[in-house]
Amino acid sequence: MRRVRAALAPYLLALPGGLWLAVFLVVPIATMASVALQTGNLMDGFSQTFNIAIFGEVFAQYHTQFLRSIVYGGIATVIMLVVAYPMAYWIAFKAGRRKSVYLFLILLPFFVSFVLRTISWGFLLADDGIVLAPLRDLGLIPDDFHILATTTAVIGGLVYNFLPFMVLPIYVALERVDPRVIEAAQDLYAGRFQAFVRVVLPLSLPGVFAGVLMTFIPATSDPVNAQILGGTSNTMIGNIIYTEYLVNNDYPAASALSFMLMAVLLIGIFVYARALGTENVMEAAAR
Amino acid sequence: MVKPQVAGAVTANARVDRTSAIELVDVAKEYTVHGEVVHAVKGVSLDIAEGEFFSLLGPSGCGKTTTMRMIAGFEDPTRGVVRLYGQDVTDVPPNRRDVNMVFQSYALFPHMNVWENVAFGLKRRKVAAQEIKTRVGEILEVVGLTGREKRRPREMSGGQQQRVALARALVNRPRALLLDEPLGALDLKLRHTMQIELKRIQREVGITFVYVTHDQSEALTMSDRIAVMNDGVVEQLAGPREIYEQPATAFVAGFIGTSNLINGTVSAVDGAHAVLSLGSDDRILIPSGSAPGQGEAAVITVRPEKITIARQRRDQEVSQVRGTVSEVVYLGTYNSYVVTLDGGAEVTVFEQNAMDGTSTAERGDSVWLSWRPQHSYALRGA
Repeated sequence: MRRVRAALAPYLLALPGGLWLAVFLVVPIATMASVALQTGNLMDGFSQTFNIAIFGEVFAQYHTQFLRSIVYGGIATVIMLVVAYPMAYWIAFKAGRRKSVYLFLILLPFFVSFVLRTISWGFLLADDGIVLAPLRDLGLIPDDFHILATTTAVIGGLVYNFLPFMVLPIYVALERVDPRVIEAAQDLYAGRFQAFVRVVLPLSLPGVFAGVLMTFIPATSDPVNAQILGGTSNTMIGNIIYTEYLVNNDYPAASALSFMLMAVLLIGIFVYARALGTENVMEAAAR
Repeated sequence: MVKPQVAGAVTANARVDRTSAIELVDVAKEYTVHGEVVHAVKGVSLDIAEGEFFSLLGPSGCGKTTTMRMIAGFEDPTRGVVRLYGQDVTDVPPNRRDVNMVFQSYALFPHMNVWENVAFGLKRRKVAAQEIKTRVGEILEVVGLTGREKRRPREMSGGQQQRVALARALVNRPRALLLDEPLGALDLKLRHTMQIELKRIQREVGITFVYVTHDQSEALTMSDRIAVMNDGVVEQLAGPREIYEQPATAFVAGFIGTSNLINGTVSAVDGAHAVLSLGSDDRILIPSGSAPGQGEAAVITVRPEKITIARQRRDQEVSQVRGTVSEVVYLGTYNSYVVTLDGGAEVTVFEQNAMDGTSTAERGDSVWLSWRPQHSYALRGA
């Protein structure tokens, strides 16, 4: 009896998590797949027709926004990496006793809703807002100068909103680097730059890897920044899904797009992990 | 006070054709912690010879590690000069100093395998690939890790990691190897094996070793010379035998092994000995070279194993004191007695276990302790 219980224990422990995943992940995905393969409209109702052609149709219609989302998400991720790494490095190695203060400052924006903060940026950067209007009155910027409704505004918003998700994992990875290992590198004739490239950077790559995943995925699929800070030429795939679902009530199209976005991101992550798996990268640095 | 010259205490000092590998001239290090100045090292001067096994020994916080880190270049001295083979390297960063360090807890690169760890220094110095291959191969053989080149540090035991750390430093053929408590993380048995191993490796490669430890037996076993440090200063600098037999200060006497300290006043000085009277028939003879003058107070130290315990007073020209046994501890190879002298001082005595396994005295017995004059050693600055 005891042996049976011992054998069952791992499954019993996995049960709550398993149920959670079944109810809130498997069921919705199955439902989404099912909805994507239906045809019809809100008035006449939808029926399951297994219309595979929908994927081709929505891609043909919205491939521009698809590509734009990936490009925006990618650019934002690269900028975040460039900004976040030095920040994380500075906090981990130079901030001394004030570490927790700086970490708190990085988390501070989370105390205000993501949407509200983005709307605030909209007010601040509006053509007749408190920044641009005075500058224009003073003649410091031309009359046709905008920030809102530009690519820069959308990517800037993405960087602003997701930056902490890049800083924190990199910080955690850097924090775990034993300072004596850096000294060992210096002792073995590595200058500051070599010590960083050969030892600190490779040891922090797991953090970079996690940071990129945690920012690229939400940035690529985010509808809020493009909605509030962008214009008609900055629409991202998240906005299209939103419109198809809530405005056009074309549930199959919205589901198909969601499904494709998920597939593209999953394939992207897979390729990324294979190509830049932390183990591989670290081995390259060791050479 | 004149330092006594005792026969048998030959140290590396005596070498004639010695080249100075590392020289510290009045080196000091001060830190400011929360606005308060901490004097970690208060003016240390050392002259370490080429090929020497030199230990910095002392309790934690005595400044031994800081001293070593100043030799390595990780700390800038507040004042003083560090020289390597006569060249002033005080302002040279660690990566340009021709010394390598074996870190406490090893500090191996966790993302590299054994081979990559060991080759790191050679690659930074742009040594040709073929030579790197040969030298890494050779050093791995010296430390007994051939065949484990592909292992990651985390896949190895503490002893093996220790060898990797040693190989990683030695492969560069540094002019001196600095070892910071390298055996501290190993269990006792492995530590003894590694002590012998380290000594063998040092003989094989002929590199100067500077060894930081708080373990006195480790320092005594391996070193040619030892600098005993306390509170930022060198208390004594001598060979292991001299450190043990003739501790210069009460600190050294207490830190190295078990030691008895006895206070008294010098009552007479004749040709060879000074006599320290404790009262009645008790007297302690001190070689006059090391003794203070007549009428002066003195503290002498004597090692427990040098003392003979007996029921009767011996009729010889030796130190003799009377006391009462207050504790007898059976320790297998020897008995340990604590004897309370009539003057109140407590003296520990080790007696080799006799053939029949009995002890000379029991608790409460009145006994005479005696030892030869040369085993009394008057402490400096007492």
